[in-house]
Amino acid sequence: MRNCRETTRLLSESQERELTLSERTSLKFHLAMCSACRNFGKQLGTLRQIARSYAHGAADRAEGGGKRDK
Amino acid sequence: MSENAAPDADQTSGSEGSPLSDEQFLQELRQQMHRFATLQLGDSQLAEDAVQEALIGALKNVRTFAGRAALKTWVFAILKNKIADVLRQRQRFVDADQLLHADREGHDLDELFDRRGHWLKDERPAHWEDTEAAIHDKHFWRVFDACLNHLPVRQAQVFMMREFIELESHEICAAAEITVSNLNVTLHRARLRLRECLENNWFVREA
Repeated sequence: MRNCRETTRLLSESQERELTLSERTSLKFHLAMCSACRNFGKQLGTLRQIARSYAHGAADRAEGGGKRDK
Repeated sequence: MSENAAPDADQTSGSEGSPLSDEQFLQELRQQMHRFATLQLGDSQLAEDAVQEALIGALKNVRTFAGRAALKTWVFAILKNKIADVLRQRQRFVDADQLLHADREGHDLDELFDRRGHWLKDERPAHWEDTEAAIHDKHFWRVFDACLNHLPVRQAQVFMMREFIELESHEICAAAEITVSNLNVTLHRARLRLRECLENNWFVREA
């Protein structure tokens, strides 16, 4: 049984490489019971989306009140 | 070698006129590019060179840009490639300072997890609302900038190589002279810190 520390490490690594079957299985097991790690997993996707938007200039297209650009 | 990786600038419709004739816009764009490159390269002069080359490259291939967003996407794609090239060339660069940093960062995770490796009660990641809206809010980007600047230099560089410049693991390892396991550890810590900072300062603020 993996703990949260190892689970977040695996989740992070899954952004760089495909996890093995046994890694994915143990991950699924932990995530089924741990909402904090589930949130962490979702946030990794959000972080990536944010970082790429930033690199593409989203920060300078943004408006003060959350108005859409396109 | 990576010149051709720039994506086609999307032709968004806009009524701004030619962005290239807007001096203020160009000035801001330049500053933003410089900040971006400086964080990556850790050297203002190298950054300036990369920005220059990227701008010249972009202007050489002038197309009809329908709007600022399209021009910016194009210019940043070129800048990203310039930075990636510099980083790839810099393979033999070892900085003793950074090794010291790496050592100190070893204690990071103790602040987040208990001895058995479970989240400490106050550190558990919460649900983030409205992540899409944040991207369109300029106040959010200020918070993001601040959080990025709060990361230890090494973590920020590696994170940006991965997520801004979109280098693959082996490319980052070569450029930064680190092992894959070192890279994974660094990215793990950077993400833990960055998410914590964004959560505390934006996504889950006390009203």
